[in-house]
Amino acid sequence: MRSIRSTWEHDPRKNPNEMVYILLGIGALAFPIGVQIATRGGGSFLISQAADAGVYVLLAVGLNVVVGFAGLLDLGYAAFFAIGAYTYAFVASDHAEFTPLHQAIHIPFWIALLVGMFCAAGAGAILGAPTLRLRGDYLAIVTLGFGEIVPRLFRNLNEWTSGVNGISALDTPVLPIWLNGPWSGDALALVPNFKIIDPMAYYVIMVILVAICVVLVNNLRRSRLGRAWMAVREDEVAAAAMGVNTVGIKLLAFSIGAAFSGFAGTFYGAKLSLVSPENFGFTVSITILIMVVLGGMGNIPGVIVGSLLIYYVIFNVLPGLPQMAADFANSIGAPGLNSPSGDYPGLSGEVQRLKFLIFGLILVLTMLLRPQGLIPSRQREQELQKGVHEDTTIVDVNAETT
Amino acid sequence: MTIETAATPILRIDHVTKRFGGLVAVDDVTFDVKRGEIFALIGPNGAGKTTLFNGITGIFPPTAGRVVFQGREITGAKPHQVAAFGIARTFQNIRLFEYMSSLDNVRLGQHCRMHAKLWDSLFKTPAEHREEQRVTERAIELLQFVGIERYTHIYARNLPYGSQRRLEIARALATNPSLLLLDEPAAGFTPQEKVELMALVHKIVDQGITVFLIEHDMKVVMGVSRRIVVLDHGEKIAEGTPEQVRRDKRVIEAYLGTQH
Repeated sequence: MRSIRSTWEHDPRKNPNEMVYILLGIGALAFPIGVQIATRGGGSFLISQAADAGVYVLLAVGLNVVVGFAGLLDLGYAAFFAIGAYTYAFVASDHAEFTPLHQAIHIPFWIALLVGMFCAAGAGAILGAPTLRLRGDYLAIVTLGFGEIVPRLFRNLNEWTSGVNGISALDTPVLPIWLNGPWSGDALALVPNFKIIDPMAYYVIMVILVAICVVLVNNLRRSRLGRAWMAVREDEVAAAAMGVNTVGIKLLAFSIGAAFSGFAGTFYGAKLSLVSPENFGFTVSITILIMVVLGGMGNIPGVIVGSLLIYYVIFNVLPGLPQMAADFANSIGAPGLNSPSGDYPGLSGEVQRLKFLIFGLILVLTMLLRPQGLIPSRQREQELQKGVHEDTTIVDVNAETT
Repeated sequence: MTIETAATPILRIDHVTKRFGGLVAVDDVTFDVKRGEIFALIGPNGAGKTTLFNGITGIFPPTAGRVVFQGREITGAKPHQVAAFGIARTFQNIRLFEYMSSLDNVRLGQHCRMHAKLWDSLFKTPAEHREEQRVTERAIELLQFVGIERYTHIYARNLPYGSQRRLEIARALATNPSLLLLDEPAAGFTPQEKVELMALVHKIVDQGITVFLIEHDMKVVMGVSRRIVVLDHGEKIAEGTPEQVRRDKRVIEAYLGTQH
């Protein structure tokens, strides 16, 4: 009995996850220091970008609960992101004064985070209740529609959301207390009612929020709910016959995913201090889905790495690509490639045109070479190996304990 | 509603009919399963045996008639409610969670007996932790009970065929049922394995669980159960002890065909 339990607790099979967590933790700590040293204190933009990447990490970790754990394909995930952001815009700016309410609302950021979260989760429950009886493809189409409807609503409800202009001048989050020190260029001191404007502060808060969320989602995965999600994903009929309320458990996954999205949306709105219906389109939903699938569906460290990588590629690599191509042409002694002629806009212009083709190629290549994702979960790895190494997957863990 | 006594049947199938469009899969079938017995349902292929199981467990609710379990009508209840009432089942074509370990399969079976709420799961409260431990220990006990504890951490799909059938039984037992429905538990077994399975069924009944099984193999059925109901083309054609059923004209006809 004891030996069985000890092998259960210390899985003998190699598990890269712990290593990835440690590396990510070190990376998160070292990143701002490294950036400040490398740029001689001018790295605010990069740190701000990293905080934005954190928003995507939150989104991907949340979508992973829906897609990776419960196996529900959600193509309208950005809708909940929009709901979170708009909730914050509504409850934490002067905007509500110009709506039929005629009364500005200013809820503190930390409470607004919860409000945004619950609004999104509620929207998830309302959408999920009638649709989660559908399976597979049907659910995907319904969520796709929802993802289209929500931003459109925000665009067209002029009276409430000021339409295409979006809502600006959202409240700056205020921390009850903050520690200033040499890292922010001040003397060591505790500051009460600290206004979060500095990208560094956003970065620190983002890292803390992501860490908390990762711990919570890991807890969920290893609980009775995590098991039930896995079971529903594998065989709904069997799960129901074993006493799992399949509609309820799917609804819960859907709402939890939506809650994460709303949470991330609130943070995003606060940091940008602006929300506009253009920020929550279909491409956002798809980008998050790509992060989850490419990182390793169902495996949290994989999803984090996937989202950071995709974020980096979309927001750093792709915009820099045209210039890189032009420099490359110059350095190999072919500056002629850079001069435009006729329809040809020069190499950098051409690359500019093709950059999403290049992005697509990167995705296709990654999925061809590593269909299970960068850091897959064990299940996923085996599902894709089905029939290839049929017998090597049998591991008799008791061999070493009895 | 009847008052439940020791003599009350644990399960009453009361004029149950199931139609799929024009096809009558189960036609006005009535019988009782008594508490603590091993009861068998037999019949040729397509007789409606599994359809009846699906009707009892709420997967395909009956078109007409009533299913009464422990004095309470459960007709049309959802599968997970039926499981919570205390009816567990296995499947004719094994339906394990293939990419979950044997341990997790059995732990999942205890899902409806667990109390952890979302809050407990999110924050790993001490109560949740204790419950997980209890569930894990119970799961290991059950794996030992059916004799496959050496596969505790192996994915269900990698188990040998016979052990998969046993794992399904362990998973069903994990729901803590009063009535266990086994759908052809000995299908594809060697004679030796069939003997072992019968021993396991007796062990389960000794735990106070009523066993209701579908079986093709007459030897297994005759050896293990006291009472048998025979279905053919959705109709009940016989009911009684193995001896009675074996001699019944209609049963012989159904299995061997009419002699001309």
